[in-house]
Amino acid sequence: MNRISILVFHPLLHKSRVNQKLVRAVEGMEGVSLRFMYDIYPDFFIDVLKEQEVLLENDILVWQHPFYWYSSPSLLKEWIDLVLEHGFAYGRTGRALEGKQILSAISTGGRRETYLSAESGKFSVRQLMAPFEQTTKLCRMHYLPPFVTHGTHLLDERGIEEAAGRYATVIGALRDGLYSLEEIRKYEYINDLIL
Amino acid sequence: MRKSIFGLGGLQLVVSTVLIGVIAVILGQTLGAGLTIGLMLALSSTAIVLQTLDEKGLMKQASGQASFSVLLFQDISVVPILALIPLFASSAVSAGTAPHEEARTIGGLEITGWVQVLMMLVVITGIVVVGLYLVKYVFRIIARTGLREIFTATALLLVIATAMLMDLVGLSPALGAFLSGIVLANNEYRHELEADIEPFKGLLLGLFFISVGASINFGLLISSPRLILSLLFSFIAVKFMVLFILGRFFGLRGGQNTLFAFALAQGGEFAFVLVAFSLQNGVIDVGVSSILLLVVALSMALTPLLLLLNDKLILPLAFRSENLREQDVIEGNGHPVIIAGFGRFGVVMGRFLIANGIKATILDDNPDNIEVLKKIGFKVYYGDASRADLLASAGAREAKVLVVAVDDKHQSLKIVDLAQRNYPHLKILVRSIDQEHTYELLDRKVDGFKRDTFESSLSLGTEVLTHLGYNNYRAHRLAGTFRQHNRKVIHELYRHHGEDEKKYLSEAKKYASELEVLLQAENEDSDHEQDSSWDVSSRREEIQQLNQSSSEGSN
Repeated sequence: MNRISILVFHPLLHKSRVNQKLVRAVEGMEGVSLRFMYDIYPDFFIDVLKEQEVLLENDILVWQHPFYWYSSPSLLKEWIDLVLEHGFAYGRTGRALEGKQILSAISTGGRRETYLSAESGKFSVRQLMAPFEQTTKLCRMHYLPPFVTHGTHLLDERGIEEAAGRYATVIGALRDGLYSLEEIRKYEYINDLIL
Repeated sequence: MRKSIFGLGGLQLVVSTVLIGVIAVILGQTLGAGLTIGLMLALSSTAIVLQTLDEKGLMKQASGQASFSVLLFQDISVVPILALIPLFASSAVSAGTAPHEEARTIGGLEITGWVQVLMMLVVITGIVVVGLYLVKYVFRIIARTGLREIFTATALLLVIATAMLMDLVGLSPALGAFLSGIVLANNEYRHELEADIEPFKGLLLGLFFISVGASINFGLLISSPRLILSLLFSFIAVKFMVLFILGRFFGLRGGQNTLFAFALAQGGEFAFVLVAFSLQNGVIDVGVSSILLLVVALSMALTPLLLLLNDKLILPLAFRSENLREQDVIEGNGHPVIIAGFGRFGVVMGRFLIANGIKATILDDNPDNIEVLKKIGFKVYYGDASRADLLASAGAREAKVLVVAVDDKHQSLKIVDLAQRNYPHLKILVRSIDQEHTYELLDRKVDGFKRDTFESSLSLGTEVLTHLGYNNYRAHRLAGTFRQHNRKVIHELYRHHGEDEKKYLSEAKKYASELEVLLQAENEDSDHEQDSSWDVSSRREEIQQLNQSSSEGSN
């Protein structure tokens, strides 16, 4: 059984419709621990050693956050900048994260089609997530296809419930190692793994 | 404070002395005796007044401060008064039998006149020199043994020895004890001394009053009640008037002023000493002395009654809207926050909460604060939050958070205990005063605490760095690192605390050793550079090395 740490980066979680539900769906699952990062570091003063400890203790890391300006809320960037230290996460001697899996779980107002209409010169979610993917690759981690909740503004309660249920299923599957990496990597989004 | 000690205290003593002296002379005393009587009656009872004010929690108020100033000045002036009284003897009634004109024998030798004065000076100088410069070394050695009993015994020995020495050269033993007290007040061990002597103080004070009580001739009250009672009430009236007018003059208003005047309107324990002393010096005769003793004793006994009269009758009648009053009645308001203590610390937090629309019930026991705050529009209530009934009526049952922001740690802990016992649902957040207090709060597992000076001190420290040329953000981040590290250090220290507790250290030493442990723990904390990721030097190094080895390889 894999141990999973979900880092939730949401500066206004109590007002979010989707992320709150996602959190509730995985809260209390065996082997899964949640860290509400804006709650832990309201002053952006990240305890680097503590965060590295958390990384070492877990096999799978999840960054859960809204897709602000085609990227993450600023605290995640701060976290990446400070916690993924040279000599710890990357570099010749930095092999602490080698082989661990990493999943981005993002929510965005745009619908999936919007991101896919390539003719208008737009980028897909996967393309936009490239910095995160590249970062984790440098850390010798396995970057999984992201879990994406699209069209959040238009989702009704049922739609949100459905997304949350799927999220829990994905997390559970990753924890229990139900699918091989090759199997998972066939999909653009990890959402599509379970249909 | 200086102004009130010398101004208020000095004027009180002079004016009361002159008025009482004049009355005494009118009643047939000589000038010297009149002045002596004025001086002894101008003094008030430190023991009674301080204890009463403390019990009522009034020490920090204007009236308490003023009373303290006056008492302090009176206590200081006892020394010169003791020196003055023998001078009045020549003009006194029975000068012929005054013992100061008799030869004294010291150690079997007859000593008179100038020699005696010289010896007095030598002894006093000796006591001061020994007390100021030598005693602390003795105490340091004794403190190192860690035996509390020896410490106490030495303190007592010191006091008794000075008293006997003074007696030997013909000065009052009380003066000697007082002198050694003053000298010891500069000692680094004075708090330990005070604590050690405490039980004896109670005991000896009891003895003192018993002996004084026994020497009072109550027969006088029965045989000439009219004389005694009229003297008693005119004495109190004179003192009250002087205090009241001076208090007014020094800015005390309304209830504060009547309280101040009533509290100090009695005679003091030093009067007993002075009566005995002047009788011995032949300044007054036995008849006058027994009247004086009786009047002073009765006036002391009347003090609680006078204060009661002030509280229950005069205040409600004269100053209905006055700030010195019973605890406020607090309407059940269901505010989510209770703030206990609204001084310099509580007020910032209160403003912050109110600015964000959070209703807070504020409790404070300093009426001066309350008047000001009320004027600005705060809802503040008068009362001591360590009392169960007040906490209950402040709405502790409905509130969610109790903030304990008082500046007295004992009171603070009392409030915490009370709240934890009676309102387990309340989140308790506490202003921590010092290390010991922090440990006590950790013992009690309060929901949160903050060292009251930590944040402001740290942020000023941050500014120091910027003025030294650090850039702002770096200084800010360093402060953050320190804050984080401090949290770890406190918990580390908490784990170790208790081991050193048995060591018996002076206050100053205790602080120093606390500091030492703190700094040690500080060094042991790993020196991981919090922001090392932003520093690219390790990466540069690695890449340069790689470059070097690859170019070597290609050669």
